[in-house]
Amino acid sequence: MDDAPILEAVGLAKAFTAGGRRTQALDGVSFAIRPGVVTGLIGPDGAGKTTLMRLAAGLLVPDAGSIRALGLDSTRESLAVQAALGYMPQRFGLYEDLSVQENLDLYADLQGVPHAARAERYGELMHMTGLAAFTRRLAGRLSGGMKQKLGLACTLVRAPRLLLLDEPTVGVDPISRRELWAILDRLVKNEGMSVLLSTAYLDEAERCQAVILLNAGRILEQGAPATISARMAGRTWAVSVAGERSRDLQVGLAGQPGVVDALAQGDHVRLVTQAVSDPAQLARLPGLQEARIQAVAPRFEDGFVDLLRTHIGAAGSLRDGDILVDGLPRDADAGEAPVIEVDGLRRRFGDFWAVDGVSFEVRRGEIFGLLGANGAGKSTTFRMLCGLLPASAGTLRVAGLDLRHAASTARGRIGYMSQKFSLYGNLSVGQNLDFFASAYGLAAHARAERRGWALTEFDLADYAGQLAADLSLGHKQRLAMACALMHQPEILFLDEPTSGVDPLARREFWRRINGLARAGVTILVTTHFMEEAEYCDRVAIMAAGRVLAIDEPAALKAAARSPGSPEPSMEDAFIRLAKSAETQEEAA
Amino acid sequence: MTGNATLIRLLALIHKEFLALLKDPRSRLVLIVPPVIQLLVFGYAATFDLKDIPYALYSEDRGAAARDLVAAFDGAPAFRRVATLHAEGEIAPLVDRRDVLMVVHIGPRFSADLQSRGSAPVQVIVDGRNSNTALIALNYVRAIVEQYDRDWIASHGLQAPPARLETRAWFNPNLESRWFFIPGILGMLTLVVTMLVTALTVAREREQGTFDQLLVTPLRPGEILLGKALPGFLIGMIQGTVILLIATLWFKVPLLGSLPALYAGLALFLLSGVGAGLLISSLAVTQQQGLLGAFLFMVPAVILSGFATPIANMPPLVQNITLIDPLRYFLVILRKVFLEGAGFDVLTSQLWPMAVIGGVALLLSGWLFRHRLY
Amino acid sequence: MSAPVNDHARGGSLMRLRGLVRKEFLQIVRDPSSIAIAFVMPIFLLVLFGYGVSLDADHVPVALVAEAPSADTADFLASLEGSHYFAPVHAFTLAAAEEALREGRVRAIVRLRANFAEQLRRPDGAPIQLIVNGVDANTARLTQGYVEGAWGNWLARHAASLGQELVTPVQLEQRVWFNSELRSRNFLVPGLVAIIMTLIGTLLTALVMAREWERGTLEALLVTPVSMTEVLLGKIIAYFLLGTGGMLLTVGMAVGLFEVPLRGSFWLLWACASLFLLAALGMGLAISAVARNQFVAGQVAIIGTFLPAFLLSGFIFDIDSMPAVVQGITHVIVARYFVSIVQTLFLAGNVWSVVLPNAAALLLMAAIFLGITWRKSRKRLE
Repeated sequence: MDDAPILEAVGLAKAFTAGGRRTQALDGVSFAIRPGVVTGLIGPDGAGKTTLMRLAAGLLVPDAGSIRALGLDSTRESLAVQAALGYMPQRFGLYEDLSVQENLDLYADLQGVPHAARAERYGELMHMTGLAAFTRRLAGRLSGGMKQKLGLACTLVRAPRLLLLDEPTVGVDPISRRELWAILDRLVKNEGMSVLLSTAYLDEAERCQAVILLNAGRILEQGAPATISARMAGRTWAVSVAGERSRDLQVGLAGQPGVVDALAQGDHVRLVTQAVSDPAQLARLPGLQEARIQAVAPRFEDGFVDLLRTHIGAAGSLRDGDILVDGLPRDADAGEAPVIEVDGLRRRFGDFWAVDGVSFEVRRGEIFGLLGANGAGKSTTFRMLCGLLPASAGTLRVAGLDLRHAASTARGRIGYMSQKFSLYGNLSVGQNLDFFASAYGLAAHARAERRGWALTEFDLADYAGQLAADLSLGHKQRLAMACALMHQPEILFLDEPTSGVDPLARREFWRRINGLARAGVTILVTTHFMEEAEYCDRVAIMAAGRVLAIDEPAALKAAARSPGSPEPSMEDAFIRLAKSAETQEEAA
Repeated sequence: MTGNATLIRLLALIHKEFLALLKDPRSRLVLIVPPVIQLLVFGYAATFDLKDIPYALYSEDRGAAARDLVAAFDGAPAFRRVATLHAEGEIAPLVDRRDVLMVVHIGPRFSADLQSRGSAPVQVIVDGRNSNTALIALNYVRAIVEQYDRDWIASHGLQAPPARLETRAWFNPNLESRWFFIPGILGMLTLVVTMLVTALTVAREREQGTFDQLLVTPLRPGEILLGKALPGFLIGMIQGTVILLIATLWFKVPLLGSLPALYAGLALFLLSGVGAGLLISSLAVTQQQGLLGAFLFMVPAVILSGFATPIANMPPLVQNITLIDPLRYFLVILRKVFLEGAGFDVLTSQLWPMAVIGGVALLLSGWLFRHRLY
Repeated sequence: MSAPVNDHARGGSLMRLRGLVRKEFLQIVRDPSSIAIAFVMPIFLLVLFGYGVSLDADHVPVALVAEAPSADTADFLASLEGSHYFAPVHAFTLAAAEEALREGRVRAIVRLRANFAEQLRRPDGAPIQLIVNGVDANTARLTQGYVEGAWGNWLARHAASLGQELVTPVQLEQRVWFNSELRSRNFLVPGLVAIIMTLIGTLLTALVMAREWERGTLEALLVTPVSMTEVLLGKIIAYFLLGTGGMLLTVGMAVGLFEVPLRGSFWLLWACASLFLLAALGMGLAISAVARNQFVAGQVAIIGTFLPAFLLSGFIFDIDSMPAVVQGITHVIVARYFVSIVQTLFLAGNVWSVVLPNAAALLLMAAIFLGITWRKSRKRLE
């Protein structure tokens, strides 16, 4: 096999100027990618992944350095490069008002696939992607997973030797993600294709033969994912204390000297230490005297978080979770009466039931997760709970009220943070805080006080005068959360609050959520990050508008245990549930 | 207590809307500069008066009477002689080429006939491609010829016609069509700015996702509506005032009527404009849809308002359609107040329809705020 | 290492273009906003300008005041009553008529004083008072002209009835070329071709091209072997065909339905419309190449091209009567050149001396705008 690199960058640099500010998207990036493997380009939002992809495809001109794909200079010989490689941009590049077949025809025309060869190629692609039954459907009407597969099929109408995929798995459900990986593995093995794939999902990195870790325009590390996780050997542990919730244990451990990472995972806490350690040393950590300590195999994510911490410095700004909740209402009678009750909730759009009979209860101080792929009905459920959408049938109560019909002051008891971190981009951080405080009727004095609290608590004081639109994604997320908490709500609704932010910001976020829950705030959160379900007290797994299961994460995982997978992940549990629901449906 | 909280919420919303609109100096300029430029350009462009009629003279007669007639044309300020012809064949190419709007042809026997028979023909050939321009030019010619006739009759002691027309134009003695159009432009431009401000606000918030965020706060739909309506309304007021000043101080359009009545009309007009804008806004999902919606509303609204072509000239069916066009009523108010010196007494019939249109549109958009959320 | 497949051959290019053009048409018919701009708006404008709006006043309400009705006054007023230009209303006093004028119930007053019959027989004649509402100066002037016409007819009839000859020293023979009935529809409807082609060529094209940038579909197109030229050509061909459709519709409706004469050559009109369409497309593509955002592109297209096409092109308002500065501005309005061509071709015929210079200007503008688009649209994302 020819081992000359199929994609090679030397000292690549690229900066963008927007609104008078210069952002260095890539800064001296060099790498070489082997042919015939899947290489992962891993990094948080804003790391420079898309810029790198576009440079490789000859869509941008580098400020410095060079990049060569398939032995051609991407910049100078861009037409030849573009004719030879396949590239799927972030939103799949589909024409939403064209049908599946029309999209395929268009790309076949553009790629110059001869008419005679088309029928066979389409057959292969449709078989591979499972879209054969949908060729007449408009691309805009496809689910996220189907769009992704169609995008891929369009890129593959004429098999390229190098395939560039820019975040192909964003917004796609776990089953579709697995199917995509199966397709990619087959392409690499059978057709000898080389693939460069960017992703923010760290678990996907482990499926790549090689990874390039990118952060803030620089390469942190490159190599086989196994070598990166191997570096963590002897530093990863599962700890648990009988009678203590893993979430509480985690709060105690995070931020302790010597601890790189602490994650609640079902009934235990996953601990990553700074140096190779042993159980005896660990037991000296606060709260771990009585703990059950077990060594576990390192994962890729451990290595990535460790790298980020050493490069960015510990995100040590976060104080103990309890400070955050200071001043929040603590009701003495924290009775077990449910705060959120949903019974037989249904919602129809046209002739399609987006939510089809959902029932659950959330107790006070609980973190309740709604888990499911795009289109599973979790956002619709969520919007009905917030009173943003009327229910077609069923009952729902939030703090004893249906928010859609309750007096407007009742809405003052809830906090809401949406997927897009909805902030007023052309207002400053301080103005956003002030506005949301006033929108909840806080008078001048209380407003100033809460504003001060938010700026210190969320470390936004330095940015108070900056426009919200100019903040980094992580800061936007913090500001959005601060805005949702200005009026000290009893119930917090969070819609995919962590999409796109880096793992460190996600950890910080969940620590705050834990603190709030411990102070008695009830939290309902939707997410499509399966591992985030681990941080919830209970999760409801949704698919096709129905709840497949509601339970504690550990119990859900336990139910998925099989001889084939003794230690199933949340994703395995999800896929098993979704598949069994499908077979039931087919049987019925 | 609750009243206080309501006020805080409402003020915060209005404050935020203004910040969003006016914070950035560029967007402040966008609200003021283009309307002023448009007012100046369109104010000068939109006129049916002919200031400059290029014409050619083809006179085959060297007599005194013919010379006098030629002098009458040359002396008229609106006429500019660009060619003097010597053959009939020269006429057609000149008119065809649009070098001249008209040709005045005086035959060889003009002076002689006038002396001997008391009357002689003069031919005027007009380019009718723009029928309106042709019609106006012919009116100008007729006025010159009539004056010439009167002088001729007086100086030759002839019998004057038994009756003569004495024409007076009320409200606009010199029949300046600019006086007609500039108040109309005021109406049109305030409509454009309020529609653009309001039709895009909700769509913008929907696009950014902040609209949901607003709806989950204790703000009531009515309060959100008010918060969204007020900035458009105030900006319309300010812009209307600026244009009013330019119209009176720069273009010297007389403002004879009651200013309070004019502002009452402006307020109700803005109410209906804001209502229509918010209605479009609550239907639009993206700013682009909001913009197109506003465009699809404004073009008919202007054409059917009587801005350039009188409503009275439209067929009855179309006249009925204009009844739902708020600009129609406001244009009447503007012209009546500016030129006819009207006050409230005359204008009630124009005021209430706008109040009805505005009220219905606002109620409908308030309802849509809550019910069209996906 | 194998060399990349070289498929920039002719056949490949044709296949790509066909694919792109087909895609554009599918998108047009499936997108409501495209349908609104490309079909609804043009038909609305055509019907409105064909049937709805008109500058020709008809049945102008006029108050007739005869302070002392007599055979003479009835004779004169009959000349107004018989005309379809007027919708006469009889008023008994001047005060009542003035009230009606003030309230807008009538546009003019014709008043014959109490001593009309007597003065008629005096040497200096009887004054007939005409008061017009001057607010709408144009209608006022038209009304005045109509009354003058009625007056002239009456004078002739009156003289004839007395066996005398009317003395009118200068007999004005007016000959209106090209549009002898002076129907305003005849010049407004042809001008609509320019407006409609601006809608399709500039506004719609700017929006759809900006949409490709906005939705990221252009990025996917650009990494296929298609060249930027082909992407632009695909757009130009599709919207050129659509714009030609709009032109054919307008011309068809103008001639077939609204009875506007088409005196010039249809093929010449077609050729000039094509030139204008190229310029309009160039503007649309240039706007979107600079703005790359549907919202901004839409605003620029409306304010920068649609409104001027309406107000500064000679479509309604006479350019020669504008002040020099504004006339200067009209020279950069593409529609101006085309409006002049259509009005000439429809009403006057193939006047080469009008068509050629204006067509040359269109060609130049098309070249400039397409050139800007060309320079701005590299096969890069920056």
